[in-house]
Amino acid sequence: MTKTITDVICPFCGTLCDDVEVIVSDDGKKLLEVNNACVIGTEKFLHSQAKDRVTRPRMHQEDGSWKEVSYDEAVEFTAQMLAKAKKPLMYGWSSTNCEAQSVGNEIAELSRACCDNTAAVCHGTTLIALQDEGLPSCTLGEVKNRADRVIFWGCNPAHAHPRHMSRYSIFPRGFFTGKGQMSRKIIVVDPRNTDTAKMADIHLQIEQGRDYELLNALRVALRGEWLPDEVAGIPAEKIREAADILKSGRFGIIFFGMGVTQSISKNHNIDEAIALTKDLNEHTKFSIMPMRGHYNVTGSGEVFAWQFGFPYAVDLTRGFARYNPGDTSSIDLLTRGEIDAMFTIGSDPGAHFPISAVKPIANLPSVCIDPHLTPTSGVSKLHVPVAFNGVETGGNCYRMDNVPIDCRKVVDPPEGMLTDEQFLTRVRDRLKELKGVA
Amino acid sequence: MAEYLIKNGHVFDPVQGIKGDKADVAIKDGKIVDKVGSSAKVIDAKGMTVMAGAVEIHSHIAGPKVNLGRIYRPEDKLFSCTPTHGMERMGGGASIPTTFKTGYEYAKMGYTTAMEAAMPPLFSRHVHEEIRDTPIIDEGAYPVLGNNWFVLEYLRNHEVENTAAYIAWLLKVTKGYAVKVVNPGGTEAWAWGLNCLSIHDPVPYFDITPAQIVKGLIEANEYLGLPHSMHIHPNDLGNPGCYQTTLDTLALAEGLKTHNKFGREQVMHLTHTQFHSYKGTNWADFESGAKEVTDYINAHKNITIDTGNVTLDETTTMTADGPFEHHLTGLNHLKWANVDVELETAAGVVPYIYSPSISVCAIQWAIGLEIPLMMKDAMRCYITTDHPNAGPFTRYPRVFKWLMSTKAREAQIESFKHKDKVLSQTSIGSLDREITFYELAQMTRAGPAKSLGLSAICGGLKPGMEADVAVYNINPDKPIANPDDIEKAFSRCAAVFKSGVQVVSNGEIVSNGHKRTLWVDVKTKENAQVKRDISEKFVKYYSVTQNNYEALGHHFVPNPFAIEVDATQV
Amino acid sequence: METVTITMKNLPALYLEADNISPDVFAGKTTEQIAGLDVFEGNTTQTLGKYFEVTGKAGATAAETKIVVKGDVKKVKYLGFKMTAGEMLIEESADLYVGAWMKGGKITAKKNVAAFAGLAMKGGELSIGGDAGNYLGTAYRGDWRGMSGGKIHVMGNAGSDIGMYMKGGEIVVDGNIDVHPMTHAEGGRLVVKGNAKSKIGGQSLQGDIIIFGDIEVMMPGFKPMGTVELEVDGKKAKFSHFIGDMGERHKKKKGQVMYTNLYKKL
Repeated sequence: MTKTITDVICPFCGTLCDDVEVIVSDDGKKLLEVNNACVIGTEKFLHSQAKDRVTRPRMHQEDGSWKEVSYDEAVEFTAQMLAKAKKPLMYGWSSTNCEAQSVGNEIAELSRACCDNTAAVCHGTTLIALQDEGLPSCTLGEVKNRADRVIFWGCNPAHAHPRHMSRYSIFPRGFFTGKGQMSRKIIVVDPRNTDTAKMADIHLQIEQGRDYELLNALRVALRGEWLPDEVAGIPAEKIREAADILKSGRFGIIFFGMGVTQSISKNHNIDEAIALTKDLNEHTKFSIMPMRGHYNVTGSGEVFAWQFGFPYAVDLTRGFARYNPGDTSSIDLLTRGEIDAMFTIGSDPGAHFPISAVKPIANLPSVCIDPHLTPTSGVSKLHVPVAFNGVETGGNCYRMDNVPIDCRKVVDPPEGMLTDEQFLTRVRDRLKELKGVA
Repeated sequence: MAEYLIKNGHVFDPVQGIKGDKADVAIKDGKIVDKVGSSAKVIDAKGMTVMAGAVEIHSHIAGPKVNLGRIYRPEDKLFSCTPTHGMERMGGGASIPTTFKTGYEYAKMGYTTAMEAAMPPLFSRHVHEEIRDTPIIDEGAYPVLGNNWFVLEYLRNHEVENTAAYIAWLLKVTKGYAVKVVNPGGTEAWAWGLNCLSIHDPVPYFDITPAQIVKGLIEANEYLGLPHSMHIHPNDLGNPGCYQTTLDTLALAEGLKTHNKFGREQVMHLTHTQFHSYKGTNWADFESGAKEVTDYINAHKNITIDTGNVTLDETTTMTADGPFEHHLTGLNHLKWANVDVELETAAGVVPYIYSPSISVCAIQWAIGLEIPLMMKDAMRCYITTDHPNAGPFTRYPRVFKWLMSTKAREAQIESFKHKDKVLSQTSIGSLDREITFYELAQMTRAGPAKSLGLSAICGGLKPGMEADVAVYNINPDKPIANPDDIEKAFSRCAAVFKSGVQVVSNGEIVSNGHKRTLWVDVKTKENAQVKRDISEKFVKYYSVTQNNYEALGHHFVPNPFAIEVDATQV
Repeated sequence: METVTITMKNLPALYLEADNISPDVFAGKTTEQIAGLDVFEGNTTQTLGKYFEVTGKAGATAAETKIVVKGDVKKVKYLGFKMTAGEMLIEESADLYVGAWMKGGKITAKKNVAAFAGLAMKGGELSIGGDAGNYLGTAYRGDWRGMSGGKIHVMGNAGSDIGMYMKGGEIVVDGNIDVHPMTHAEGGRLVVKGNAKSKIGGQSLQGDIIIFGDIEVMMPGFKPMGTVELEVDGKKAKFSHFIGDMGERHKKKKGQVMYTNLYKKL
């Protein structure tokens, strides 16, 4: 016999769909089927059932092989590493729940570490922009119920957030948007003709690296000022036409992603996009929202912020919190040789960081907490697999629009496996002993 | 549990009418008791002031807009963080403190209960996570209802019973405390970039006015008999001339009586009254409307207020009055953050500098003081800064100083660049009243506790009440040579007890105690209509499922304190 | 003017935070006391004397104190942090935050400095003989009040994000610069003798930007106004004049609308 669990939250991307259905065996030990999720989400649930899963911690040996160790030994190694380090980096946090993130913060404070999350390679620049410019935004339900102008700038939800358009941004028939897709005009700004661009009413095929200029031009057009004949490969008339479409709507929303957060100009792109949104509010209602990647990178930012005051790139080495990306940010810390111990959790810097930042990890005392075998676990000294958050344990997570949704446990983890929170709690308690703290 | 005896202090307890007599306060098993045994630990409070722990009735300290403020203002933490030390985790944030700092700073000033003033229901988990991470103080949160689609639709047809059923359901699923109303109707209009500036401006599409919303919510609140009254931030906040909208709003409560079992007497609590007491037509002829507003409230006993004092600091404004924040950024061009929340509300955040050299800011400062100085009943007027909107809560001791010392007020007025305008546009120069210690206890303890329906539990030192006690190193019998001594004494307590545990000693944190989350659990009759309406809105309009909406789980509210209300017999 | 010389003798394994290496902190102290000052290596607190040899004599006040920094300070951050008076001479290349938050006095860095030099500068002089990194003379994150006074002179090249949120003061770069100079500026002056790339003066309200070399791509928000003659460093030349940012709001001074002026040498 089987059990169907409804209202399951998918723990993969920032869309955080919460209408997933999972069918499990009666004894709750096997996950059998997933409904309503996209292919990525479905695989997230199903791959937890892989037969060749690593279920115990393992230490990297001198000869490159791996030797299984107990969780107790793993706790000891991790606590000792953090206790001794002069400037450890605790990175990741984006694929685990807020309860684990909070214990992680206790550990970071005890060991006077630097702590950071995957915004470092993703929307960190959005955070810098919002610190300079602010952020007129809304929840995804407002987009569903009201939006008639939807802009995707430098992002490709068709691939990266597959159910975003059907749940929130293009197809839903909301309270004031009963005609669904017909209620909305879609504009896509992307140098590539992506699958998302193919759905647009207008595709502005922008010259790469000139987003800042085009955003500036749209603001100029809104003010009716002089423009050169062409900006960023787009003719001035098309820019003025786009500005008119934007301001003629009732409720507009700009979604944006790595195309602008991690290309040249970075935070300035987002800053100007936010400024454009503010300008549009003089004409009609407009909001802007980052397409967050990992399903709980937003949560990591929230927990860092309410406990330490900053959303990422937090330096606790002096006993109080400091923040300045370029100095306190993970990639800079690694490439400049500032770090003497690396702790990774809920992320894969080995895959996502520039190679100059990954190489140092291989030469440092390092721990990687991850259910998977990844490029990061591959270069770390200790690999600690844990239960899949959102599948084998529940816990609070924050969606891309900052809405908190409590993930559910749908199936038991393999026998004897710990969750992030359990492992971190043991590390914290051992670290307290080592530091002589109550 | 430990027993304590706080000996020889000058006790101010409006609950028992004690006005500074030397008396002992005995604590046992978390409560105030008549007496304790000889093994009790003695705290010598000779020459000191003893009051119940203070009760913060309106502050923005936990939740999405507070954290948005923290995230977007790294400069608020520059060079002002406190390191990990002793019992304290590290802290930071001058106008928007981190959660640890929030708990420690309130406790060190003798505050033992605080209410988060505005909780967007969809985000209640976030509010509770931050409340959980705020040490020592008991906290509750007010879900906002004045722009909620259910409320707008029910009250358009004056369906009070359905509104009440929805409120009861919402308090339960959000673990909320009271009915909060912010810019009624106007924040729904703001979802289209519009606003409601008077109580008769209709809400776009919903065909209801702010007056109907406010009146209906008062009725629903009394239908249920909740511990607190409807708590309102009226339309038109912060605009010259807004006092008229304030009077119109207050008039909606005229003649209405409360029905509750908690000792509450008011049907409306008007919050941060300073922001709603402006006369004049523009910023040039801007003047105080404090007299008009306090005259009305003095004459109408079914209203309580809190002040919203301006402290003359660089701070951060944050409110569910979304359109106001957009207006403010248009004035000062500082970074503006905004979040519209589906079916429910919105929030806006903008930094603001209340500079003493700007006449408007100086007049706002004066209005904030005029109000409590002109209010006759100190049990109906509570001191707040609408933290952080008019200033950080850490400035309360400075506000107390200004209220208790005309010398301190005069010195501040003297230092204003536009002193003449402050004197001509307000009546602060002619007010020579000095708030007494007893009145301070009414305005910061007994009064807010009563307004919140908590008068049996906190805000006083009567045996049986919670052992929340604050001891201040200031002798109320000695004349105050230097008003700064008031500020100093009220900034750092000699001792603070929370539920019978000593949490502060000589201004330092010595224990985190066992803080609780206060919420109101209302039992009502089954209401099939409302049940169906809720289910339908989740299916059609919300972006989360109904089963994922409720803030369930121990990790959100680890130590709940539910105030039970039985509304089944109405 | 008394001079204290500190010479790096013991390189740190990680990086050093040298908040205390400034004339304001050294003034009135003996060499023993100076050697006993805190420096921070990661989360450990060490003494300055552990890494530096300290010789010479400090003045009674900051204004009477000069510090000479010798040896390899590539991993030393915050030299000259918050200084208000006096002098500092840095012989070798230094790390981040040289002269950050300085209010007065003079720093001469003979070689290169890394990012965030002159951050939130309020006054004084910062002279850099080699190259400067990114974020020269910028504001702290989130703060709309950037560099407001003083002068920075870079003899080599400089990086990106120069003078963000600048309100006053002057920055002169003899070499080339990278993208995004004077973003959000509301005053002050930037002179670049070499080439600029693009995204110049974006979102700025006021200030003067003078580029002698090439500009690869102009911001569309900068409107051409014709040709003017300017005198810069005693030399007269013809420049193309642009005003902007036309995508931004504009300030008014005495009824006159204000703009940022961008001049490109013809």
